[in-house]
Amino acid sequence: MTELSKSGAAVGEPVKDSPAPSAFLEVRDLKVHFPTDDGLVKSVDGLTFSLEKGKTLGIVGESGSGKSVTSLGIMGLHTAGQYGKRKAQISGEIWLDGTELLSADPDYVRKLRGREMAMIFQDPLSALHPYYTIGQQIVEAYRIHHKVDKKTARRRAVEMLDRVGIPQPDKRVDSYPHEFSGGMRQRAMIAMSLVNNPELLIADEPTTALDVTVQAQILDLIRDLQKEFGSAVIVITHDLGVVAELSDDILVMYGGRCIERGPAEKVFYEPKHPYTWGLLGSMPRLDRDQTERLIPVKGSPPSLINLPSGCAFNPRCAYADVPKDNVTRTVRPELSVVGSQHWAACHMTQEQRERIWTEEIAPKL
Amino acid sequence: MSEDKAVTPSAQSGGATLTKDAAPGETLLKVTGLQKHFPIRKGLLQRQVGAVRAVDGLDFEVRSGETLGVVGESGCGKSTMGRLITRLLEPTAGTVEFEGKDITHLGVGAMRPMRRDVQMIFQDPYSSLNPRHTIGTIVSAPFKLQGVTPEGGVKKEVQRLLSVVGLNPEHYNRYPHEFSGGQRQRIGIARALALNPKLVVADEPVSALDVSIQAQVVNLLDDLQQELGLTYVIIAHDLSVVRHVSDRIAVMYLGKIVELADRDSLYKAPMHPYTKALMSAVPIPDPRRKSAKSERILLQGDVPSPISPPSGCRFHTRCWKATQICTTTEPPLLELKPGQQVACHHPENFEDQAPQDTVLLTAAKQAAELVADEVLAESAATSAAVAAEVGQTPAKETLAKETPVKETPTVEAPAVETPVKETPAEEK
Amino acid sequence: MARGPAAGPRAVLAYLIRRLFAAAVMLVVIILVVFGIFFLVPRWAGVDPATMFVGKQADPAAIEAVRQKLGLADPIFAQVWEFFRGLFVGRTYSGGGDVTECAAPCFGYSFRSEQAIWPVLTDRFPVTLALALGAAVLWLLFGVAAGVLSALKRGSLWDRGAMIVALGGVSLPIYFTGLLSLAIFSYGLGWIDGQYVPLEESFSGWFGGMILPWVTLAFLYAAMYARITRATMLEVLGEDYIRTARAKGLTEPVVIGKHAMRSTMTPILTMLGMDLGALIGGAILTETTFSLPGLGQAVLKAISDKDLPIILGVTLITSLAVIVANLLVDLLYAVIDPRVRLS
Repeated sequence: MTELSKSGAAVGEPVKDSPAPSAFLEVRDLKVHFPTDDGLVKSVDGLTFSLEKGKTLGIVGESGSGKSVTSLGIMGLHTAGQYGKRKAQISGEIWLDGTELLSADPDYVRKLRGREMAMIFQDPLSALHPYYTIGQQIVEAYRIHHKVDKKTARRRAVEMLDRVGIPQPDKRVDSYPHEFSGGMRQRAMIAMSLVNNPELLIADEPTTALDVTVQAQILDLIRDLQKEFGSAVIVITHDLGVVAELSDDILVMYGGRCIERGPAEKVFYEPKHPYTWGLLGSMPRLDRDQTERLIPVKGSPPSLINLPSGCAFNPRCAYADVPKDNVTRTVRPELSVVGSQHWAACHMTQEQRERIWTEEIAPKL
Repeated sequence: MSEDKAVTPSAQSGGATLTKDAAPGETLLKVTGLQKHFPIRKGLLQRQVGAVRAVDGLDFEVRSGETLGVVGESGCGKSTMGRLITRLLEPTAGTVEFEGKDITHLGVGAMRPMRRDVQMIFQDPYSSLNPRHTIGTIVSAPFKLQGVTPEGGVKKEVQRLLSVVGLNPEHYNRYPHEFSGGQRQRIGIARALALNPKLVVADEPVSALDVSIQAQVVNLLDDLQQELGLTYVIIAHDLSVVRHVSDRIAVMYLGKIVELADRDSLYKAPMHPYTKALMSAVPIPDPRRKSAKSERILLQGDVPSPISPPSGCRFHTRCWKATQICTTTEPPLLELKPGQQVACHHPENFEDQAPQDTVLLTAAKQAAELVADEVLAESAATSAAVAAEVGQTPAKETLAKETPVKETPTVEAPAVETPVKETPAEEK
Repeated sequence: MARGPAAGPRAVLAYLIRRLFAAAVMLVVIILVVFGIFFLVPRWAGVDPATMFVGKQADPAAIEAVRQKLGLADPIFAQVWEFFRGLFVGRTYSGGGDVTECAAPCFGYSFRSEQAIWPVLTDRFPVTLALALGAAVLWLLFGVAAGVLSALKRGSLWDRGAMIVALGGVSLPIYFTGLLSLAIFSYGLGWIDGQYVPLEESFSGWFGGMILPWVTLAFLYAAMYARITRATMLEVLGEDYIRTARAKGLTEPVVIGKHAMRSTMTPILTMLGMDLGALIGGAILTETTFSLPGLGQAVLKAISDKDLPIILGVTLITSLAVIVANLLVDLLYAVIDPRVRLS
């Protein structure tokens, strides 16, 4: 299963620092489109990234940026259980541990789900079946991939509940989701997703539905568990604080594409894309002195059916006229190298970006 | 009603430069002992078997022209509080005074004139606008309800309001679904502003919005306050947003205010352990601080049920400083420092209020294990420093390093008189 | 697997007892109301029940005798009391010379046939019960299956076809579909005799007589159940926990058959309880169309005959059936959905 060298760099990937094809997870030019009455919704439109075991990638973006669609795409959940005529159109390549998933047998991908790759969802109350006990749901997740009897599986469930910090796990294993608090439910959800020691864990807004003190507990737990299990983790969130807490690398999405990607420190301290600047400027911060005013991004997120031509961000970008010849409105910028392991999709030159960042943006943040 | 100025008691500041008749800094809204208990009924006969004590005794004031931020986690009663002071809910006990007039139990009719002065902005811009009405109808509804015809006609006024909140006045005839979330929230704000209110209560005004849109709406609220001299009560769970918008902040826990202070005092030197834990829990958007997570105080477990809140101090079940007195005696909300009220026996950044009580509860010892040693040491050091030189703001970091104390220390000196008991601004 | 801490067997028992008690109270209230309507209203309207019993041409002496015998001259409370006593311990009609014993569940005597009501009810009840249960099995099987298939193949030809047929099933009255099926299968093709034969006489005859009523009745309900199932299933398929089930790596049959079906069954069970309860009181149209000697037919005749005791008896049976069916549904509900336990 190790021969995975598909020739040629994927579209959108810069020629030079192209990630090694030996990466644990590699997504190349992923596109997820949904046909609707109003037109084709291009939720993800050419996304490329890679991730190594033991590392965490944070995918940041606002609603409709395609971040959740990406995660479901990796899990193969756009094709599984697609009933009716309107099927999602998916193209590109998803390589997990040497296997391409989009062209693989669906039943093979199903067997990977839950065992090799698992997912934590935003709202644990709706993501757990209300009619089954926590134990039943964890046991089911374990037994689908392991040929063990119910007793063994139940012991495993109790063990996992204990590991994620649920008190009295041997009793609570028989509780129903509605008998748990929000934080406990998310812990149970994490226990369920880790029960098969997955190599890839995708956490889709894992703390958005939780209170801030509970969020702190859960972030702490995710961090510890990653250290312990050594899996690759993708954290999807709109919260830059959560991303900064967890991620080694950050990928910023806008309008279904990656507009900036790089090590967390680079993206926070030397962001290269005006949208990233906008996100940083929009956010009141507890760790800085009080700023007088926030610097919002003007306008609203674009429609995914009718993306603006050229750079999707151009109608909201304060610097859309910096590059010459109206190029921001006609040519879609590709990701290009802006630093070591750092890419951005922007028409501005390095010098222009540098100047604007140091003179106009950084002082106000 | 609002016009008779006589009802406002002490107009101490003469600077009535703004459009409102209450001078800035003067008390606009005063809440005393406010309670709301929702009964729980069971069985065929619907006997009352208990009550959700959503709001359980609040005392605070909102001063004209200021923004009071209210933070707390879900279930702390902050939204109920918002609905009580706008009289969308009937309080179980306590009083709400607006401009010196008791509005606690006014009926629907008697409240009508008051409704002009007090408006509310809701969290969800999707469900708070009727999808079948045009924007024009929605924003002009307050005029019809109040029977008011603004100068120049309703339509002109509505269009003016739309442009004030940054919407295109030509969109008068469009429907809510044609707008994005941020724009809908602007519509909600325009509706709230229609009757030129004095007090605007906003319940999670930006939490349903994307980050980049949040900033737009926060700035808009800011601008409107500057231009119109509005007074805000902003209820939110996001501590960074609350800090950004507020002048003073109330921190709620299980139906009570545990700390009420000026923004800067609160964020620089929180006195209630819960405030401190709450602030330390906020993830900081700075990857370099990832390694410095030891500053974080992890609270144990979940918020207890408001049906049967813990005795004494409600936070004692999760507090790492809790002692015997915390289980038996409810700490009163006292102004320990000028502009900083706190309800705690063993406050942070201040001298201990119950120094005789030193033995930590077992639960507190467990909780303390989750708190990094440095945090405990620092907290001990600051408390000691404050005890030594009461009245001065302690220099936090300087003393922190060497202190070997692992549990909450007792203060050697007997309790020193609290420096200032009241601020002149609040004195009536 | 054991239940959660909130719902032990004792709690379930307590719940059951509470519900049974409530059901008993409900029955008594229904009896009072029904009794009031059927025996007191005619009196206020100036119609003498005794006259109805004897017939208009009877001589006053005979009417008086009947009145004495049935206790119609007694005070209202005495009459109600006698009625209740009759239900539980039986009663004795005496007066006018002769004495009639009416054994334990005594619903009185028919005005027309002068037969005791109870044997009439027990004769006819099995027919109605068999009709209702048999049809229910059919409509559950076909309705739910069609609904699930439609949901899974949403927008397909199958889905549209099934939903058009379902719309037809819901809109066409029983007497139309019933007569049509009789015309085709019985008179036309001659496959089925179409006559009701008691089960004791011949199973095949009984089955042959019941098959068309079953199918006709089931067609109507299957159409309704298919629509409800489709809508519920579509809603459930959009739930987050279904996505979770897939993310666990479960196969599609398990996701649908276990996770989605369990949630889909909840509203279907509620409907089933109501529908069965109502049908047991008599599927009047079906029984009349196919000449089945069930409760429905009896009550239809009783209404045209103004035979109050029979109407009263059938009403009571119907109420009892609805109450029992609802109780069963609630219990089933508690088994399916842990969140409703104890409440």
